[in-house]
Amino acid sequence: MDNVSPHGSVAHGHVHEHVHEHAHEDLGFWRKYVFSVDHKVIGIQYAVTALLFLFFGFSLMMIMRWQLAYPGRPIPLIGQWLGQDRAPMGVMLPEFYNQLGAMHGTIMVFLGVVPLAVGGFGNFVLPLQIGAPDMAFPKLNMASYWSYFVGGVVMLVSFFQRGGAAQSGWTSYPPLADIAPGQTMWLIGMVFLITSSLLGSINFIVTTVQLRAKGMSWMRLPFFVWAQFVTSFLLLLAFPPLEAAAVLQLMDRLAGTSFFLPTGLVVSGKIVPVVGHGNPLLWQHLFWFLAHPEVYVLILPAMGIIGEVIANNTRKPLWGYKALVYSVTFLGFMSFVVWAHHMFMTGMGTVMSAFFQTTTMIISIPSVVILTALLLSLWGASIRFTTPMLFALAFLPMFGIGGLTGLPLGLAPSDIPLHDTYYVIGHFHYVVAPGTLFALFAGVYYWFPKATGRKMNDLLGKIHFWGSLVTINLVFMPMFIEGLAGMNRRMYDGGQQYQHNAGVLHWNVVQGYAAWGLGLFQLFFIVNFFMSIKWGTLVDKNPWQATTLEWLAPSPPGHGNFLTEPIAYRGPYEYSVPGAPRDFSPQFEPEKA
Amino acid sequence: MQSDTESVKKSVRTYFMVGAALFVFTAITVAVNQVHLAIPFAITVALIIATLKGSMVASVFMHLSHEKRWIYGALVLTVLFFIVLMCVPSFTTMDTIGTKEPAVGVPEHGTPGAH
Amino acid sequence: MNIPYTVETRPDTGLANGKLGIWLFLGSEVMLFGALFSTYIILRNGAPEWPHGELNVWLGMTNTFILIASSVTMVMAWASLKLNNWRRHRLFLILTFVLAAVFLVNKYFEYSSHFARGEGPWHSTFLAIYYTLTGLHGLHILGGMIVMSYFIGPGAKMWKTSPEQFANRIEYTGLYWHFVDLVWIFLFPVLYLL
Repeated sequence: MDNVSPHGSVAHGHVHEHVHEHAHEDLGFWRKYVFSVDHKVIGIQYAVTALLFLFFGFSLMMIMRWQLAYPGRPIPLIGQWLGQDRAPMGVMLPEFYNQLGAMHGTIMVFLGVVPLAVGGFGNFVLPLQIGAPDMAFPKLNMASYWSYFVGGVVMLVSFFQRGGAAQSGWTSYPPLADIAPGQTMWLIGMVFLITSSLLGSINFIVTTVQLRAKGMSWMRLPFFVWAQFVTSFLLLLAFPPLEAAAVLQLMDRLAGTSFFLPTGLVVSGKIVPVVGHGNPLLWQHLFWFLAHPEVYVLILPAMGIIGEVIANNTRKPLWGYKALVYSVTFLGFMSFVVWAHHMFMTGMGTVMSAFFQTTTMIISIPSVVILTALLLSLWGASIRFTTPMLFALAFLPMFGIGGLTGLPLGLAPSDIPLHDTYYVIGHFHYVVAPGTLFALFAGVYYWFPKATGRKMNDLLGKIHFWGSLVTINLVFMPMFIEGLAGMNRRMYDGGQQYQHNAGVLHWNVVQGYAAWGLGLFQLFFIVNFFMSIKWGTLVDKNPWQATTLEWLAPSPPGHGNFLTEPIAYRGPYEYSVPGAPRDFSPQFEPEKA
Repeated sequence: MQSDTESVKKSVRTYFMVGAALFVFTAITVAVNQVHLAIPFAITVALIIATLKGSMVASVFMHLSHEKRWIYGALVLTVLFFIVLMCVPSFTTMDTIGTKEPAVGVPEHGTPGAH
Repeated sequence: MNIPYTVETRPDTGLANGKLGIWLFLGSEVMLFGALFSTYIILRNGAPEWPHGELNVWLGMTNTFILIASSVTMVMAWASLKLNNWRRHRLFLILTFVLAAVFLVNKYFEYSSHFARGEGPWHSTFLAIYYTLTGLHGLHILGGMIVMSYFIGPGAKMWKTSPEQFANRIEYTGLYWHFVDLVWIFLFPVLYLL
């Protein structure tokens, strides 16, 4: 399968490379680092922007945590500067709490995790792992990043408009979202973010199909690539309905339509002057049609990263490669038909409820298969407890807890007492925070040497890991207790007035302290990250002795990635092959004669 | 893909013929509409004709009749999820079995579950 | 650095990058308009009554003819390139652009006559979904016109430097355009007739 075009996907000898590098040098600062079309630069742009948003979203949560631990007490330090319409005398208004809640969710999901997992890691690693010189559509890639950036700016600016930022939950349910302040900018921001994801997903799919190097057949692809490939289909086909819904909600807000407003809606004692005959459930269907596949967008790249890190640090092939590939594909497919398990409490009939419960139970199977395969990969392994591996190992039980706690939510009868309680918040945070976020940390520590040519500090990494592991569990585990007691989510004072909450409210104080601890331990990561760029130990191209194609390129790779044409001679995880001279046989090395 | 001059010349004739056919089917659609069939029949006939027209645009103008497997695969996936998107929200909104809603007819405020 | 398969096809898939890219994009567009059609179904099912005869069927039918004609001219614009007839290509591409413009002008008249009677999107659920569907469709027509004007204008240079790539790009534009026509083929009966 000869796929080298006449013009060469790679530098033909040093002359061409030199000529090309010279041409690349001629690009000014702006074209090289800001408006770059190089997937590596774009990947780093995505990653850094996303990390900043993650930090900001975390800060929003910290302010919420204060209010939940000490409702009605003035917010220390910053309370005085928040202003009369957010926190008069430093005491948080309910409207502001709602803004914090809605924006925390929106920012973490759409501006933080997905851009880091897909835009950051996907962009940087995928072309390298398949042996490509760049993405199929480099200019489109740049457009995707800037669309994300603009969307992010719109979201941030929304805090400063009159009435504040969006405050109807990240789910933006009408009728509230149709009439509440802040929503219009949220919707406009979402349109930019959705556009970014759509363009990016097209790029990822075409790149994976078309730009695989010689010898890189589908079943020789690293699991990370498969995960990103399936994720891209989710983004491509699930996001447009939310874009349509956003347009409809904008029409409701700006053009006086009532797509989502029922007839006779009364707000503050007055009938809303719209023609009515709208359906609030229509929004929920369109929203969750995206938002359910979105949660698999949140976890699939993470699973991909974990697969890479585990294979590398067990010095064994991943257990059940085929099972992993089939499961991740089946998972992606099923994710499109489970969405209304978020809507069991909307008066759904028993037939459709049974349908969604069934599909939800079915989708847990490939999830479990993937987790089991990753776990079984540890059996008989020579485990190297590097920092990425620590995060990867922790991912397994953490994702396990997150996944298992989802089961009662997926069955309607048990969902009835748990819906909209802190149990749900505990469930999804376990999957995304000690789940995906840990996997993303693993990815940063793992691929930092490829991107910079230096390793991050190991001691700081271990402190970061252990501190985060302990505190993150202290933040989220009590949520199950709170939820089982019936504590509702989205209550600006934590639900003080309900008697059933009385016995569990004190957990909010524990969680507050734990959240602070979690924040402080991230400093070890932030300091390590920046320090190591300048002063980290220098490494060569393959410091982890890994087998996948990205480790053939220089660290960091130049424009065009590979100095010689990359060829895949074998599978992605040929570790400890019997009879081989070393405990790893890289994909890119030919058989010795 | 037809880069062969002869086959492109033949296709040109087909393009114009399909164009004419589409004109005819459009006129038929409007004519049938004048007959005022019962709504379920009207919808069925209109959708059948539209699907026919759409298939002609897709297979001839968009060259789908001899495209590659990856394209077919992507489209099959899309169509599947499109059908889900068309049918399932409606089924879910209309399904009242096991609830206290009336079995048929339009609920008072036009929106089940939105009291 | 060259990205492989930008012009020539990859042997095992038989595709050039742009061909796969544009079809994937069209897939996402199917889901976008699909969501709006789904909205139409749900709203109509839940409505006590649904208006009939509020829209100008003859104008809609005329616009349908216009768009079908533009699809023919668009595919001919591509075919002319394959037959190496640059002047024919220019004629057909410009004709497509003009037909698209006429479509939008008709829509403008249609919208204004409704607005003159106070029948904006706020007037009824039917009009709300009508304006949204045709409005989004209209934006897609506009987008297509912008792309066409690029290939009529500054983009035409590529025929001299890289004719096969230029022909591919016209083909992809055509695919997008036919899709826009396809959406209208369904929009017209659903909104104007049923």
